[in-house]
Amino acid sequence: MKSAIIVFPGTNRERDMAIALERVSGRKPAMVFHRETALPAGVDLVVLPGGFSHGDYLRCGAMAAQSPIMRAVRDFAAAGGLVLGVCNGFQILTEAGLLPGALLRNATLRFLSMDCHMRVERADTPFTSHWQKGAVFRSPMAHGDGNYFCDDETLARLNGEGLVAFRYATPEGAITAAANRNGARDHIAGILSPNLRICGLMPHPEDLVDPLMGGTDGLPLFTSLLDSLATA
Amino acid sequence: MQLLPAERAAQLSAEFGLKPDEYERVLSILGRSPSLTELGIFSVMWSEHCSYKSSRVWLKTLPTKAPWVIHGPGENAGVIDIGDGLAAIFKMESHNHPSFIEPYQGAATGVGGILRDVFTMGARPIANLNALRFGSPDAPKMKRVIDGVVRGIGGYGNCVGVPTVGGEVNFHPAYNGNPLVNAMTVGIAPRDRIFLSAAAGLGNPVVYVGSKTGRDGIHGATMASTEFSADSEEKRPTVQIGDPFTEKLLIEACLELMATDMIVAIQDMGAAGLTSSSVEMAGKGGVGIELVMDNVPQREVGMTAYEMMLSESQERMLMILKPGREAEAEAIFHKWELDFAVIGHLTDTGRIVIRHKGEIEADIPLAPLESEAPLYRRPTAETPKQPVLAAADLADPIGPLPALEKLVGSLDLCSRRWIWDQYDSTVGGQTVKRPGGADAAVVKLEGLKRALAMTTDCTPRYCQADPEAGGAQAVAEAWRNLTAVGARPLAITDNMNFGNPEKPEIMGQFAAAVRGMGAACLALDFPVVSGNVSLYNETQGRGILPTPAIGGVGVLEDAAQAVGLALQPGLDLVLVGDTQGWLGQSLWLREILGRERGAPPPVDLGAERRNGDFVRARILAGEVAACHDLADGGLLVAVAEMAMGGGTGATLAAPPAGQATQGWWFGEDQARYLLAVQDGAALLEAARQAGVPAAVVGRSGGRDLVLADGSSISVARLAETHEATLPALMNGEAG
Repeated sequence: MKSAIIVFPGTNRERDMAIALERVSGRKPAMVFHRETALPAGVDLVVLPGGFSHGDYLRCGAMAAQSPIMRAVRDFAAAGGLVLGVCNGFQILTEAGLLPGALLRNATLRFLSMDCHMRVERADTPFTSHWQKGAVFRSPMAHGDGNYFCDDETLARLNGEGLVAFRYATPEGAITAAANRNGARDHIAGILSPNLRICGLMPHPEDLVDPLMGGTDGLPLFTSLLDSLATA
Repeated sequence: MQLLPAERAAQLSAEFGLKPDEYERVLSILGRSPSLTELGIFSVMWSEHCSYKSSRVWLKTLPTKAPWVIHGPGENAGVIDIGDGLAAIFKMESHNHPSFIEPYQGAATGVGGILRDVFTMGARPIANLNALRFGSPDAPKMKRVIDGVVRGIGGYGNCVGVPTVGGEVNFHPAYNGNPLVNAMTVGIAPRDRIFLSAAAGLGNPVVYVGSKTGRDGIHGATMASTEFSADSEEKRPTVQIGDPFTEKLLIEACLELMATDMIVAIQDMGAAGLTSSSVEMAGKGGVGIELVMDNVPQREVGMTAYEMMLSESQERMLMILKPGREAEAEAIFHKWELDFAVIGHLTDTGRIVIRHKGEIEADIPLAPLESEAPLYRRPTAETPKQPVLAAADLADPIGPLPALEKLVGSLDLCSRRWIWDQYDSTVGGQTVKRPGGADAAVVKLEGLKRALAMTTDCTPRYCQADPEAGGAQAVAEAWRNLTAVGARPLAITDNMNFGNPEKPEIMGQFAAAVRGMGAACLALDFPVVSGNVSLYNETQGRGILPTPAIGGVGVLEDAAQAVGLALQPGLDLVLVGDTQGWLGQSLWLREILGRERGAPPPVDLGAERRNGDFVRARILAGEVAACHDLADGGLLVAVAEMAMGGGTGATLAAPPAGQATQGWWFGEDQARYLLAVQDGAALLEAARQAGVPAAVVGRSGGRDLVLADGSSISVARLAETHEATLPALMNGEAG
């Protein structure tokens, strides 16, 4: 696995992501500044981490989607490369048109920082193969704008084509309104591109990969990616 | 230079907060009437906020040294050696006055300011904490203040990407007109790469970086040095506006520059902005400084030298570079899209000279600006001692479990989840103990086993009743909270929040609190390395409870040894420390009997030391599954907090013979810990050998808290009450 983490000026979870990637792969990811115009040669995974890319005083990720490096990320994705966007990275992927929908202000109108649980909606993707379908895992989340929204047509397509990767759930796996803290449409926490090579999600599995920090629930995301790249 | 006419100068000096004798001193230093800019510089430098003129004589009595202290008070923040070649750099600072006038921005810029104090010394910030005091939630505007302060702290910290990992909150009507917002930042730097603020090198360039200067916050330091009146809302223009995104850029750019050898000295522009940073840097270095205002990056057109020197626009730093390195440094700041301007140079005149549009706007000798600065030993009046209350004399109207349920839902003991759920506590991926998980926050150092433990503490109602005991208790509780996670306590920062120092009873509170703190610092080897003073916390003559908030930092050599407070089943509960059943100033007395009375619990510093050292040794030996210090609410509240933390019940033994029940369960005797251990008998034997009082008081298991008389309450019901209070108060509060 040769991964690259895209760093915008206000990105702030790039180190968390690097720790998680290095933990499973043994290799330090390349840090790629937003003003670069090309990805390092041989990269097989691009990660857009969490943060406040350009301050996000207007629409989160809208400016970042126009950064020079995003042209290279689009080309990489078009060629079937693996792209993971977490939190602000998910917001940027939707703003860049690489994933459908948008992330609105949390329904509570407050920043939400707590552990949530997610149900894995399919296990046959490069991002989820180390879970069972229907498995539930815990993850920290920390966002002000994580309320996933899309129109009816898009929602029907996401559900119809099995492009919902993760849904907010109770620890027992029930899909309830109380478990959906940010008010996301249809409880959506993370989605996939039609070719299953791009994944965006709001919570932060990268912050739960070490027993010292409270658990390793987030590890399967990264071991799945490692596995898919090793066998590719 | 355009000098003010004598009459106008005298009138303005009063408006700027200078006393008549202080203004006379200005005239004698200058030997003439001042210009407007000069009068502005004197008034902010001699404000209480910048000069510490009422507090310095007391603060200098505090212990500040230990073998691990690298820099004590006097720098932007305190610096201590934490091993592995690293230093921890930390400080706590108040933003009380701005947070009342404009809660969101006041609190946000408080966080921004304390972050800059820490990274200006070369540290990457790894944790934020805070200490908040609010009034009664039904006081006018108070919910809006609570909501705005919490949003502001979150809004700033979450965006800069520094986890907010701990803090404390109290509610009391004494804060109705003066809520307190104290923010603390802890950072890490290589111990041989600490950056200081003393300017040096004749001709060296003075460089301004960060945001542009606007007209915001002019005279903020002066505003923070007076009482509030009914028209305080009119002071809103003195509040600054924060931009955490720019702060994030500033952190990255400064740390990148600090990795080179280009910097001679650096300081953030905090209170009194360009004035205090330039005067302090040149003054500390014993040099002169000349600044050209035309070169200051400006956000608005037509700004005067006076406005630029007094602006408190945020996210700005001043530095002295080595000569000839300007272009290299500029490239770093441009990469991060920040302004960079050479605005002057160092001289050997010992004066600060301000030029603008070809005119000299100020020319002041630096030494007298500092040496002639006012210093007051204000009259003090001792707080009268309160009577010691005997637990047996205080009738228990409702019994222990109903009292417990009421207490865990009360404002001062209810869950703070509503607050910390709005703070990103995990960014950085190193947070070992999050808010609510342990007595102190624990953050690991990336790539190392080592971790820091951090806490903020003060019990203002004790300080009000007996400032000396309260001062000692605040320091002891911080030490105890660090100990309870297994950390070795190293040093503190203090944030002294008091009323009007011109009143003898207030100055008496201050002096007594410092006495108590000093004694505790000495006894616990826990020196003060940085601090901040906020006086004049009064509105319309009513002062706050004296609140010397303590921020403590300790170290764990192995993060895996840290213990939390969540109770698991099948363990013995061991109470360490002596229990007299002290109910004076207790929360039980206030919440159940409705009385705020009596002497607060005495602090036996020898017992603190002995009991704490014993508990820490047992934790590091791996014998302790969970640990919680006994504080507000006493033993039964501590048991309940541990039970709610782990979702596990406990069966408790009857109070020892001769103890009044209410005193045993709810007394707030100090120097006590509750430990959950596999083998209670072995722990008691170890305690006996160490000369430490200890007793097995119960055993964990089940889903209820069960007393010896068979009465019980479910942990789930306690948790429901505990969690319901703040959401019920605050949800629906629009932002």
